[in-house]
Amino acid sequence: MRIRPRYRGAAAAAVVLVILMLLAIFAPLVTPFEFDQLDLANRRAGPSARHWFGTDELGRDLFTRVIFGARISLAIGIISAMMSAMIGMTIGGLAGYAGKWVDDVLMRFTDAMLSIPRLPLLMIAGAVLEPTVPVLIVLVGLAGWMETARVVRADVQSIKARDFVSAARAMGATPPRIITRHVLPLAFPAATVATTIAVGRGILLESALSFFGVGVQPPTASWGNMLYQAQTTMTTEPWLGIFPGAFIFITVLCFNVLGDALSRTRSS
Amino acid sequence: MLFFVLRRVAQTLPLLLVVSVLIFALIHAAPGGPLSLYLENPNVRPEDIERLRRQLGLDRPLPEQYLKWLWAFVRGDWGFSYADGRPVLDRLAERVPATLELVGTSTFIAIIIALVVGILAAARQGFDRVSMVGVIAGISLPTFWFGLVLQLLFANALGWFPSSGRSSFGAVTLQDRIAHLILPAMVLASAQAAGWSRYLRGSMKQVLAMPFAASARAKGAGEWRILLRHALRNAMLPFVTVVLLDASIMASGAVVTESVFAWPGVGGLFTEALAKRDYTVLMAFLMCGSIAVAVLNLVADIAVHFLDPRTREAA
Repeated sequence: MRIRPRYRGAAAAAVVLVILMLLAIFAPLVTPFEFDQLDLANRRAGPSARHWFGTDELGRDLFTRVIFGARISLAIGIISAMMSAMIGMTIGGLAGYAGKWVDDVLMRFTDAMLSIPRLPLLMIAGAVLEPTVPVLIVLVGLAGWMETARVVRADVQSIKARDFVSAARAMGATPPRIITRHVLPLAFPAATVATTIAVGRGILLESALSFFGVGVQPPTASWGNMLYQAQTTMTTEPWLGIFPGAFIFITVLCFNVLGDALSRTRSS
Repeated sequence: MLFFVLRRVAQTLPLLLVVSVLIFALIHAAPGGPLSLYLENPNVRPEDIERLRRQLGLDRPLPEQYLKWLWAFVRGDWGFSYADGRPVLDRLAERVPATLELVGTSTFIAIIIALVVGILAAARQGFDRVSMVGVIAGISLPTFWFGLVLQLLFANALGWFPSSGRSSFGAVTLQDRIAHLILPAMVLASAQAAGWSRYLRGSMKQVLAMPFAASARAKGAGEWRILLRHALRNAMLPFVTVVLLDASIMASGAVVTESVFAWPGVGGLFTEALAKRDYTVLMAFLMCGSIAVAVLNLVADIAVHFLDPRTREAA
């Protein structure tokens, strides 16, 4: 299959993501050890042929834990991004189409949300609410819709000015019909780019929250909270922090490369 | 002109009000409210909590509490820290210089990197491809992980720099301060520089594609002259805007970086306050952060309006 040189990076990123998601979905089948399996003879061991990423203080295989952690981190990132997409498209679509004071009020609210530093806000929310994974998804989703809303609003405004929209209005189509059947579908590409980037941002946010202990709570493992637990032993067992963090980095990198390539397809 | 300034300032105030409502609602959404810290303490009796509640006015209706808090806040009365009883304003103010030192240094470094990378990427295709990989890597880096890795590598393994803190015990030399500053500043700067490089490069490319650049080239102007004198000048204003608008990222990034490197700034104060459920400090931090972002946005808008005639509506 021939892919244009321009998009080779994005294709590689997509492949990596697919592999990662498959690993996460089939985690119990793929991992060499169980998630909770203790290997007390090999505690605090560095990477070896037996334990590819080493073990933690209880002898649990790190590679296994990282793959299981992928489930949580990816799930939170992807689902929260979907949520952000829905909220963002609704608000952005309304603001862009309705115009005037509706636009004003909605954009004022969006700007207000953007003014509050996101991570500190979520950290407080996390500390206050002691979140489970579903609650975390909602929180991250509620913190990520603003960029999508802005992008969708801009697109909707330019789509609204096009002839076929005026024609639909002249033919008597009601605004809801116009928005849902004509305008919003054309805003999908922009929303998709924003959503792809939102996945990466969501994963980073969740990791940061878990890193401070206000995100995913043990015993559930996410990449972020593995780093949280690895903090105290960074000097003696660095692999415990290096590998989960590397996975965060690579995953977010792939989503960003993908999003970047998607946005380039639109502008070319 | 002045009218525009006044109008923008007037637009910022409702924004800050909305922000204050959001922050207030968040704190009071805690199960147990602002006094939840005491609820967890077995030594505190329910009667004491009730007494505290009445004393602090927490049994009044919420809107009334909100207005009282807001009114006190704008007058500079930010309450007292739950952790050590000192005025919140003092606790925040004494930490600000350290954060300014860190964020200021990293911003300075990031601007320089962004200028170099952005201009070169717009000028040379080859460098563009390579640098854009680095840029996307930069914006994907988890700050806390990058900080930990740098600590491991440069402080623990190689021993070139100290791993935490702002200065060594007792030492007051400039060299010592710089050594402590380098790692955290690099961590912060990498995140900032990545986004800014990309933006400047896009901006410059846009300007370079315009007709006037082609005519300058046709007139025989040298490459660098076009790049610096024409393209950069036009791209500078959006660049400065973006730098100012990224203020809220700096606030978040500072929290993480200061935590990893035990830097004694407001970010570190925030994490401490979070652990202790010190809500008065947390609220003040969020409000100040939001105000800073809003003010910077305002400044950026006014600057653009003032400096770029195209943004002013035709009369």
